[in-house]
Amino acid sequence: MKIVVCVNHVPDTATKVNISSDQKTIDKNGVTYVVNPYDEFAIEEALKTKEASDGEVVVLSLGPETNKETLRKALAMGADSAVLLKTDLALDSLSVAKALADEIKNQETELVFMGKQSVDYDSSIMGQLVATLLGYNIVSTATSFKLDGTKITAEREIEGGKETIETSLPAIVTAQKGLNEPRYASLKGIMTAKRKVIEEKEIQVTESIVDVLEMKKPKAKEAGKIVGEDASAVPELVRLLKEEAKVI
Amino acid sequence: MANKFIIFVEQRDGEIKKSSLEVLKKGGLLAVAMRADIEAVTIGNEISNLENTGRYGVSKITHLKNTELANYSVSAYTDLLVSFADESNANFFLFANTAMGKDLAPVLSVKLNSGIVVDCVELEETEGNLVATKPVYAGKALTIVKSNSEKNILTLRPNVFTIGEVSDAKAEVIVKDVEALNLSNKVISVSKAGGKLDVTEADIIVSGGRGLKAPENFGMIEELASLLGAANGASRAAVDAGWRPHSEQVGQTGKTVSPNLYIAVGISGAIQHLAGMQSSKYIVAINKDKDAPIFGVADYGIAGDAFEVIPALIEELKKN
Repeated sequence: MKIVVCVNHVPDTATKVNISSDQKTIDKNGVTYVVNPYDEFAIEEALKTKEASDGEVVVLSLGPETNKETLRKALAMGADSAVLLKTDLALDSLSVAKALADEIKNQETELVFMGKQSVDYDSSIMGQLVATLLGYNIVSTATSFKLDGTKITAEREIEGGKETIETSLPAIVTAQKGLNEPRYASLKGIMTAKRKVIEEKEIQVTESIVDVLEMKKPKAKEAGKIVGEDASAVPELVRLLKEEAKVI
Repeated sequence: MANKFIIFVEQRDGEIKKSSLEVLKKGGLLAVAMRADIEAVTIGNEISNLENTGRYGVSKITHLKNTELANYSVSAYTDLLVSFADESNANFFLFANTAMGKDLAPVLSVKLNSGIVVDCVELEETEGNLVATKPVYAGKALTIVKSNSEKNILTLRPNVFTIGEVSDAKAEVIVKDVEALNLSNKVISVSKAGGKLDVTEADIIVSGGRGLKAPENFGMIEELASLLGAANGASRAAVDAGWRPHSEQVGQTGKTVSPNLYIAVGISGAIQHLAGMQSSKYIVAINKDKDAPIFGVADYGIAGDAFEVIPALIEELKKN
């Protein structure tokens, strides 16, 4: 079975974010980019599924040339081939979804994994959009995944618990932390990945319907007061929470 | 075209979720400001107190009912919402940004060919359209976003829009029995984490980090949380060490939260953690290291040993 994994190349979560001069995007200067953390779980689940069923894993990413670093990392972990849908444009979610859906159709796969959200725009909607465009079933925010023939049983996280879902292929599954423990790339994997060719494709750009008018920093929270340095400060802290903040 | 709002009211176990009441209230205020029509829709089997939605600003709620709908099914729910939306001719659809809302709203946006903006923390009317504020990079930045589509779906972050004062009006409840459901994707069982409050829905959160040194030391964090009616949270370090479940993780690879009160215990305040909790209304930090970054965002801090301060805090709260 052929499995596609969609991956994104995003600023490391330890990065400070500054706004660029266009006031609509972040300043990329000095920012370290990494594999989107949730996509690592998606790659791992695809590799595990491939190993259990004898198939191939294709990694797919949309973005600029630098997204190849993330594709290489996925190849090093064990993916068989990689495709970059190359664009330098900042597209809205639906335009990205359409481009990914076109390529997934082209790949003729019935099972797609991706992270439950990208830690840049944090929208948590890409899997659902692509699945609906393709007419596939969707399992979002999966913390477990089991494939039996074409039947899927998966758990997804909800407020204060989990729900178990039953559905079937074709499907898109979005990965939540806890789904698995992503493997490290082996030295051999890294060497092999270096030699692999990443296929580049053009995308058809559709008009964005959601516009970012402005990007700004949130109002900085000001440091308050240190009430004390040991347990003797506790009564005063409780008084402040009750009388000043009125939150308890 | 006259504006019309549809508010999706979410139920779990036959009870309306608080986050949906927040959306009703905000939708009601926007509808008044825009002189728009507004109605609500809910999906499920038996659902209690639906007429009470009237208190938050809607006069009519339609209940799409079937025993099979007691549990969530993305396929059945979206098909029903598409027909409902087509009949009602609305152009704004509001959801709570919950596990269910996040799953449903994007699917519906493709089916209705509408724009979508999720996780809004502010929503304002401008020239007959809505302009939303949506945090990105886990709150390290904010975007001001507008959808240029005729129809628009927006999801509102829980715990940000307040319910505020309510009236005693009752909504007209219209029950529609629905059949021929598309159950190609359905929930077959739900398990609760011991009935625990989720961090995204809690008014108060007590979080612990690496400074607590061992998983067994979270006992006092749990006791403090239970005294305050709070949810338990954790830093990434505590989750990665296997001390706490990932569902409790607050921060950029966990959950972004905005409670009234956030108490951080033994958490130094890594940038990815601060991003996820700095929009809390009040922050208390308890940490031995007085130079820890967490004190930079805290309203009140005790720069002391958590193992002395927390038991004292528990005693003090018990006194009252």
